[in-house]
Amino acid sequence: MGDKGTFWLPEGASTLAGEVDALFYFVYWISVVIFVAVIAAMVYFMIRYRRRTPHDRPPVVHESKVLEVTWIVVPTILVLIVFTWGFKVFLKLGVAPPDAYEIQVVGQKWSWQFNYPNGVRSSELHVPVDRPVRLQMSSVDVLHSFYIPAFRVKQDVLPNRYTSIWFEATRADTFQVYCTEYCGTQHSGMLTKVIAHEQSAFETWLQESGIPDDASPAQRGALLYTQLGCQACHSLDGTRLTGPSFQGLYGSTHGLADGSSVEVDDNYLRESILEPSAKIVEGYANVMPASYGGLTEDELTALIAFIEEQQP
Amino acid sequence: MASTTTTAAPAVEHGHGDGHAHHPRFQHHFVSMEQQFDSAKLGMWLFLITEILLFSGMFVAYTVYRVWHPEVFEVASEALNPFLGGLNTVVLLASSLTVALSIHFVQKDQIQKMNWMLLLTVLCAAIFMVVKYFEYTAKFEHGLYAGEAFHPHAGYEQFNIPYARQFFSIYFVMTGIHGVHVLIGMGMFTWLYTRGLRGHFSSEWYTPVELSGLYWHIVDLIWIFLFPLMYLI
Amino acid sequence: MATVMHTDAPAEAAAHHHPEHHHPEHHYLNHEKTIWSWLSTVDHKRIGIMYAISVAIFFLIAGVLALLVRMELLGPGETIMGPDAYNQVFTLHAVMMVFLFIIPAVPGFLGNFALPIQIGAKDVAFPRLNLASWYIFMAGAALAVIAIGVGQVDTGWTFYTPYSSDGSNSVFFVTLAVFVAGFASIFTGINFIVTIHKMRAPGMTWNRLPLFVWALYATSIVQVLATPVIGITMVLLFLEKFLGIGIFDPALGGDPILFQHFFWFYSHPAVYIMILPAFGIISELVTVFSRQNIQGYTFIALSSVAIAFLGFLVWGHHMFVSGQSAVSSIIFSLITYLIGIPTGIKVLNWVSTMYKGSVWLQTPMLYALSFLFLFTIGGLTGVMVGVLAVDVHLHDTYFIVAHFHYVMMGGTVIALLGGFHYWWPKITGKMYNETLGKIAAILIFIGFNITFFTQFVLGSRGMPRRYYDYLPEFTALHQISTVGSWILALGLFMVLFYMIHSMFRGKKAPANPWGAATLEWTHCTSPPDPHNFHHTPIVTHGPYDYHALEHLYEGDGVGDGATVEAAPGQKH
Ligand code: HEA
Ligand code: HEA
Ligand code: HEC
Ligand code: CUA
Ligand SMILES: [Cu+2]
Repeated sequence: MGDKGTFWLPEGASTLAGEVDALFYFVYWISVVIFVAVIAAMVYFMIRYRRRTPHDRPPVVHESKVLEVTWIVVPTILVLIVFTWGFKVFLKLGVAPPDAYEIQVVGQKWSWQFNYPNGVRSSELHVPVDRPVRLQMSSVDVLHSFYIPAFRVKQDVLPNRYTSIWFEATRADTFQVYCTEYCGTQHSGMLTKVIAHEQSAFETWLQESGIPDDASPAQRGALLYTQLGCQACHSLDGTRLTGPSFQGLYGSTHGLADGSSVEVDDNYLRESILEPSAKIVEGYANVMPASYGGLTEDELTALIAFIEEQQP
Repeated sequence: MASTTTTAAPAVEHGHGDGHAHHPRFQHHFVSMEQQFDSAKLGMWLFLITEILLFSGMFVAYTVYRVWHPEVFEVASEALNPFLGGLNTVVLLASSLTVALSIHFVQKDQIQKMNWMLLLTVLCAAIFMVVKYFEYTAKFEHGLYAGEAFHPHAGYEQFNIPYARQFFSIYFVMTGIHGVHVLIGMGMFTWLYTRGLRGHFSSEWYTPVELSGLYWHIVDLIWIFLFPLMYLI
Repeated sequence: MATVMHTDAPAEAAAHHHPEHHHPEHHYLNHEKTIWSWLSTVDHKRIGIMYAISVAIFFLIAGVLALLVRMELLGPGETIMGPDAYNQVFTLHAVMMVFLFIIPAVPGFLGNFALPIQIGAKDVAFPRLNLASWYIFMAGAALAVIAIGVGQVDTGWTFYTPYSSDGSNSVFFVTLAVFVAGFASIFTGINFIVTIHKMRAPGMTWNRLPLFVWALYATSIVQVLATPVIGITMVLLFLEKFLGIGIFDPALGGDPILFQHFFWFYSHPAVYIMILPAFGIISELVTVFSRQNIQGYTFIALSSVAIAFLGFLVWGHHMFVSGQSAVSSIIFSLITYLIGIPTGIKVLNWVSTMYKGSVWLQTPMLYALSFLFLFTIGGLTGVMVGVLAVDVHLHDTYFIVAHFHYVMMGGTVIALLGGFHYWWPKITGKMYNETLGKIAAILIFIGFNITFFTQFVLGSRGMPRRYYDYLPEFTALHQISTVGSWILALGLFMVLFYMIHSMFRGKKAPANPWGAATLEWTHCTSPPDPHNFHHTPIVTHGPYDYHALEHLYEGDGVGDGATVEAAPGQKH
């Protein structure tokens, strides 16, 4: 990303970015011209007709109907042009080509999860270049919004409903993704990357990212840890994030919000993941999503094995 | 506008004893009684517009959900008792009539009749609330509540369908807020009644009666919309 | 209009109060002195002052919260507070600025003070309702304070569901505060409409109404028509929260987008509640300080009404990427542009009013000019974000933050400051320090631009709003913006201090220091009599007919304050 792009806009990297930018600059330059004209007139009058003595008796100026009509008609024409253009590009942004490659996106407090047609899950978005990609998005909790500045796309992500966007990346690079609908504490941390690969590299990535059959539970747990977005709230190095760190968690004994204490074993971990609000760790808020309730036995075992491994 | 320019009342701050007999209700920042009355009435109309807009927000919510889930709303509305709703419609219409009559009588200086009409209005409003009470409790008994408490049972299981909750929420919120307005109206008419007994009103000055009447007509009107939307269709 | 007037002011009336040129000290500020006389006053001028003090306090608090927001953004990561604190601070900043400051500010303060006098009335139509509106407003403010005390209001000022209906319980107090303060706004609106319709002095025809009055008239219409909707929205929101009625919460089958429609159905018109009165102030300032009849009186007057109505049809432009249907987005976008046209009419007429005038660069005029500069930027960027495809990129970024600060702070607040200086001599009977005034106005202008122009660039380069933390590439711009906010604050604090100083030590103000032609200047002392006028004025000329009023040019100072003696119509 860096410093490329223009003064106003970051460098575009999708097929439609150019069209949006052209429109942006068109409206921008019209605005600049109108603004400069207005301010120039103002400054000129201010100087030319400044008050010289308190006895100034300016002549009566009568209103000019021609002027009034001019500044009704000219702006009207301008805005109609801009409107037509704006809505044409908007339609293009809205309608994905039928052959687009489809990826499911799940937003949750405060991470993104991308599900590929072949079952691969990822917390970063990998896409092929030069191929339209359509994201089908939904949220498990509150509203979020999926925004990739370089592609000039943005769309709110809603619970209980699908929304979608599409784009076609034009070069292989890494781009920033933001959440732009306010969603609470870590709204500003709900970031991820889009990684655009050349076609072949993308295929390779897709193959390699499936969970290998021969992986140990802890290895699979490590993958799930990033794919499900646990890392947004739980560190592995003892850092305090929104949730407690996993470092040294297993086997420890710690206090709960209700004053009691608990020994962290398999069953407690299981409950903590499936039903986070059942026992709240002392000093933390009850904000862990309940959406992990649907994890399979297999996935749970893997995660617990992974957490068990995190000893300092 | 005419009243602001042509009336003869002098614009004096403390006009007592300046030769003009002012009505004791006259407020001195006005030029004349008519101006004062016209202002009060315009103010009340504006206030009633805000009332209508308040309810129209809820009518929009109703319409939206009805459009999305027409079948559910049809089924759910069967839980309401059109007989009781109809009864209440009649009661409210009657009370609108009594209010109109009370204004008619005060204009003719028939104060005693006016008082009777005000009392009748309070009575009608009370009947309305009693009927509403029975309607509500009948719903509550079967678990038909607004919101999360909603769990139809005891013969009402057929309402345990998605979005029936929205119907009942809207029903309770709208009729509830309407009911609050009826209660406020009851308070107002009771107060007017006691003032009437003390001889505060005459054909010269009856602004509060007139304004409360306007208010009551709006409360009535809103019910006229609520009744068919909720109970009938 | 009838020509025979019966506004015979009998001598008894004058005798009742001492004729004012013998005892010029007798005026509305000092005829009663107890605290209770203030708290129970029904005098529109005093109520105006009570509003002024309250909104100034809220502005101060909300402004300090803004400085904390900027402080936190001085660098990436945690600077002075954690994310939860930040979210609460910006929420309270916005809620207080919007509901407790900018919506009541101009109508409650300057409107209450000037409107009745400008139309030649002794008071608003319902003085007690007016006082009640202040108390209700304060009750709303008290609820907001409780919410701060209880803590944890972090929804943003938009209260989007389901975040707001799932979150902390003190959201309840804020929504209640908004609900209650709404009534104050409705009452002011009703009062003004009735006052303008029914209380005008003889000869004050509709086309002789000062443009400030026209603007408040349009504002009042919006207040009356839009505020009930936010009221019911807030009621539904807290029923959603406490009963789970399932209208807005998707987990219960509700629709979060419906909430957004409800919210913006009020809150877009509300931005015109904020800006229309400011337009009114600017109309006054531009003509008075140019000594030139306003260009396009009718166009300016009616464009306010046009904006008021069009304003009801564009709310969906806040929801282009919310998931509403594309058709709605397109319609909303089209109507959004149309609003630019009546607004443009105003801007261009103001500028051309200066043509062949005698432009007097006193502090109020400096504010008017900086308004023209800043509001035009704010408005044109408003049109930019109304462009569908462009808004997809700019929505919920700092570009939007910059847009609305340019219109709200650069527009409304700057105009309010202009009007504040303009009417100050009338309100207090004292002059403020002109030199300090000019310095502060320039500081505010510069500080404002540094603070918020940078935010346009931040936004279009992709910096999302409501972010407590940001990527390192945005650091420089954020730092410039923060430094700007200090300059801005410096200017504002200067205003506060020299105004307080002027209140006690200021030079005595003449009746008409600016040589204006509206009734509060030509027919009232400074400060005015408790009843405004000794006799109801008979209006024979338009509000800006300087040429018809030779006496405005007379005397030594010529419009600079020689007219301490009562103006015509008051000479016995
Ligand atoms: C005082 C408040 C105020 C005012 C007056 C305005 C005025 C306008 N606003 Fe603004 N707006 C806000 C306050 C205001 N706004 C706020 C608070 C938000 C964000 C809320 C939130 O999300 O928190 C917002 C957000 C907002 C959005 C949503 C952006 C987004 O979230 O993605 C849009 C989109 O259309 C918009 C448009 C406009 C337009 C077209 C005008 C027009 O009225 C401007 C008209 C003025 C001019 C156009 C300039 C003068 C004209 C000329 C010099 C003539 C020539 C003109 C032409 C040729 C067009 N505004
Ligand atoms: C009227 C509206 C208004 C005003 C005036 C302001 C004024 C300011 N705002 Fe605010 N702001 C909003 C309304 C307003 N804001 C809204 C609606 C939001 C959106 C929130 C959301 O997303 O939900 C927002 C959000 C917002 C953000 C974005 C936060 C985020 O998205 O993370 C920022 C960041 O810079 C900011 C900064 C400022 C600053 C520096 C000022 C400065 O201009 C403040 C300067 C004022 C002072 C320093 C006080 C000085 C006062 C006195 C001395 C007393 C005055 C008395 C007299 C003069 C007599 N504001
Ligand atoms: C939105 C932030 C968030 C996400 C995402 C999240 N958690 Fe948590 N988690 C928390 C918080 C906060 C707590 C502490 C409060 C509580 O007990 O609920 C917690 C507690 C826990 C605990 C108990 C820890 C202890 O100290 O006893 C476990 C185990 C856990 N989470 C596992 C997970 C796993 C596995 C995932 C991913 C699949 C995950 N969490 C995702 C926020 C999160
Ligand atoms: Cu997710 Cu903001
Ligand atoms: Cu808007």
